Amino acid sequence: MYGNDVDAGASSFDALIAADQRIEPRDWMPDGYRETLIRQMAQHAHSEIIGMQPEANWITRAPTLKRKAILLAKVQDEAGHGLYLYAAAETLGATRQTLYELLLAGKQKYSSIFNYPTLTWADIGAIGWLVDGAAIVNQVPLCRCSYGPYARAMIRICKEESFHQRQGYEILYTLSHGTPAQKAMAQDAVDRWWYPSLAMFGPPDTESTHSERSMAWKIKRFGNDELRQRFVDMCVPQAAVLDLTIPDPALRWNADRGGYDFTPPDYAELMAVVRGNGPCNRQRMAHRRQAYEDGAWVREAAAAYAAKRREPVHA
Amino acid sequence: MPEDSPLWEVFVRPRRGLAHSHVGSLHAPDAAMALRNARDLYTRRQEGVSIWVVPAAQITASSPDEKDAFFDPAADKVYRHPTFYDVPEGAPHL
Repeated sequence: MYGNDVDAGASSFDALIAADQRIEPRDWMPDGYRETLIRQMAQHAHSEIIGMQPEANWITRAPTLKRKAILLAKVQDEAGHGLYLYAAAETLGATRQTLYELLLAGKQKYSSIFNYPTLTWADIGAIGWLVDGAAIVNQVPLCRCSYGPYARAMIRICKEESFHQRQGYEILYTLSHGTPAQKAMAQDAVDRWWYPSLAMFGPPDTESTHSERSMAWKIKRFGNDELRQRFVDMCVPQAAVLDLTIPDPALRWNADRGGYDFTPPDYAELMAVVRGNGPCNRQRMAHRRQAYEDGAWVREAAAAYAAKRREPVHA
Repeated sequence: MPEDSPLWEVFVRPRRGLAHSHVGSLHAPDAAMALRNARDLYTRRQEGVSIWVVPAAQITASSPDEKDAFFDPAADKVYRHPTFYDVPEGAPHL
């Protein structure tokens, strides 16, 4: 592109962002905008795909056929979300194959929450309520993200996530209103998932590397701390209905701020998990690589069949 | 790693009487697989009664760079809209 074209492209891009319009795949955009979006969408897609593992762990042991069918549908949705997001990232020129390779090589991340184990059936409830709940708080603003294909994928994802959160909440409610042992199991799951869920909003804004620029580009609409606060304020009354306790002795209403004071998650732990030292990092990646390799013969067979059908037929 | 399978654009007719709309894209080795994948990916909640899949490479699109010039001819023809015309008082069914 010549200098004038870049200038024209940049001013058109700035005008679209200022007017709260969407940027579409073939529009001019700054390289940093493109790279930021590819990185964020890829990480988001990888999270959906890796996120299938902790839940799939309980498909064979779901307590009833109904719950098993529901969990299967949920895990299938996660695969779908990953595919919507890979497809959205591809509109920016990244190939899905490259993104896969970067994940499998450990060069791109996925959400650190999926490096925690699902020890009991109640964990499936806690994941739905807290992890999917936090994801919804994070993701609803992305439906208004400045990049059109990402925003459209997020609208579809958010619609489906609300089923996920409700099914988790229902699992916990059933357990917490069951036997004392079932209630204890529900409480134990909430105790273990609460702080990792708070950590899903990322480091505090003061330490967040990409926040400011993403806000200017309207990729991100709210800061990490604001979304974390919103999540806590939503959870407190929901926990009361469950009759379960949020494991934070410092949790109390602050009338001056109009929000709950709470203990922040352990950000040092978050960074350790991000760097690969969570309880399940190695297991998750090993399983993903294995699944990819085990599926190779299916992809090869389908490609061979397609190639054979494309060959001209001779009489 | 081997090449990924071709990219297909997916269009779904939400219900009878409506046109197919673009919903997204997916990879598949051939058209039959693309249709099946599209069903599993884009109509898990009865979002459609009919699906089209089109090889993404077969789509020809206008360029955003020449957007203004390309669509200019329509810009100065306001008389194509009914609101351009003054309707005299009392003229019915116009």
